[in-house]
Amino acid sequence: MSSIPAELKYTSSHEWVRKEEDGSYTIGITEHAQELLGDMVFVELPEVGEEVNASDDVAVAESVKAASDVYSPLTGEIMAVNEDLEDSPELVNSDAFGDGWLFRIMPTDLAELDDLLDADGYQEVIDDE
Amino acid sequence: MTQQTALYQQHVNCNAKLVDFHGWEMPIHYGSQLDEHHQVRNDAGMFDVSHMTIVDVKGEQAKAYLQVLLANDVAKLKVTGKALYSGMLNEQGGVIDDLIVYFFADDDYRVVVNSATREKDLNWMLKVAEPFAVELTEQADLAMIAVQGPNAKAKAQTVFSAEQQAAVADMKPFFGVQAGDLFIATTGYTGEAGYEIIVPAAQAGDLWQALLDAEVKPAGLGARDTLRLEAGMNLYGQDMDETVSPLAANMGWTICWENPQRAFVGRAVLEKQRAEGTDKLVGLVMTEKGVLRAGQAVRLAEDQAPVGVITSGTFSPTLGHAIAMARVPAEAGETVQVEMRKKWVTVKRVKPVFVRNGKAV
Repeated sequence: MSSIPAELKYTSSHEWVRKEEDGSYTIGITEHAQELLGDMVFVELPEVGEEVNASDDVAVAESVKAASDVYSPLTGEIMAVNEDLEDSPELVNSDAFGDGWLFRIMPTDLAELDDLLDADGYQEVIDDE
Repeated sequence: MTQQTALYQQHVNCNAKLVDFHGWEMPIHYGSQLDEHHQVRNDAGMFDVSHMTIVDVKGEQAKAYLQVLLANDVAKLKVTGKALYSGMLNEQGGVIDDLIVYFFADDDYRVVVNSATREKDLNWMLKVAEPFAVELTEQADLAMIAVQGPNAKAKAQTVFSAEQQAAVADMKPFFGVQAGDLFIATTGYTGEAGYEIIVPAAQAGDLWQALLDAEVKPAGLGARDTLRLEAGMNLYGQDMDETVSPLAANMGWTICWENPQRAFVGRAVLEKQRAEGTDKLVGLVMTEKGVLRAGQAVRLAEDQAPVGVITSGTFSPTLGHAIAMARVPAEAGETVQVEMRKKWVTVKRVKPVFVRNGKAV
C-alpha cells in the first residue's frame, strides 16, 4: 500500500499539492505514481517565472520505463523548482512527498483548490485503476 | 490465467514486483531496476529465466534436421557442449524466433527458445521435422537461473559440487555441460561473464537460496532488458519478428552461407535480399536529457520523411544517457533524427553495441 498523507491535496493524474506559509503551493508526484513509473532517470521542470494554467503539462518525469507528463494543478506563476532533481532524480523515488518535490507555484485562482481531491478521494482514484 | 515458475515463492520472499510477462508471472524488479543493473555490471546478479522453453532434439537425423531448420549451420559444432546462436526463419525469410542450440553429438542437441513464442516455435519445429528421423522433447520440468556479472562465475562455483566445479573449470564461453543434476552453460544475455544453469524444477528453490547465500543478488526482467540492450543483443518481438529479415536485424553474422547445397528454410529469399540490400539495425546514442523509446520514428535528415523506427530504446544505466537500436535504410549517415515527444532530435549513429564486460564500447 502506498502512503497518502492526509494533510495534502491530490489530482486524479497523481500530483500532490501542499500549501506553504507564504501562500504558495508545492507540487510533486505521489508515492503511487513513482511506484508505477519505477526508477526515475530525468525530471524536466518548468522555468521559474513561467505563467502556467491549471491542467497544463509543465514537467516530465522520465523513468527507465516511461516518460510521464506532470500537470499543473493550479493556475499561477512558477516560484521555484527543485534543482536537486537535476543530479538526483531518484529523490522522486526515495521521498516522493518530501525531497522529491517538483515545483512551487503562486496561484492566481484559489477557487481551483476546490477541484482537488483529499486523501480519501485520491485513494478512490487508485482503487478504481 | 498466468503461469508461475518453480521460483515463484523465492520471488515473493525477495519482495519482487511481479508482472504478467507473456502469460508468466515474472519479477520486473525487486525494488530498484537500476540497482539490479549495476549489481550485474559490477558484481553478480541472478535472473529466473525458467519461463524459457527447452527442447531436446535427438535422433539419427538430428543434425540434418537442424541444418534445415536453422539459418546458422550446426555443422560448425564439433566439440561436445559447444553452443550456437541462430535464427529460425520462415519461408519468407522472416524470423520466427532466435535461439541457442547446444551440441552433444550428431544425434543429440538441446535447443532453448523464447517463452513468448513457445507455441508457434514448437509447431514450426514439429512441422519442419516431419520428413526427418528425429524426436523433439520439451523439457517442461526444468527451471533455469542465469547468474551474470564479473564475479558471477566465482560466486556460483561455491554452490557447485566438486564434480560440477571440475566440469566447468576450463569451460570457454558459449559451452554447456551436464554435471550431476545441473546443466551449466557459459551463456547469457547481459554482456557479462556468467552461467545459465538448468536445474530440475524441484531443486530450483534450493539452488536460488544457495546463490543468495553466496551473495548473488536477484535481478528482474527490467534490468535484464537494459543489460541486454547495452550489450547490443536483440529482443525477439521488438528488434525482429516474422516480418523482419535477419539481414535487417543485425543477424547477418548468424546466417551461414557456406555450403550452397544446404537448403535451410528461408535461404532463397535471403539470398535475393542480400543481393538487393536491406535496411540495417544500427545503434543510436543521445547524450542530452531524455530517453529514446521503442516505436519512435527515425528520419535521415531535417525535413525528410520518416524512414526508420527505434526497435528498442532505454536509458543506459552504465553510460548515463539514452541508447537505442533502430532499423533504418543502409544509407543512414553518422547522425539521424528521432521524433521524441513531438520534437525531432538529432542523435548519433553507432554500432549496435554499447557496453561489454562492464566497459563502454
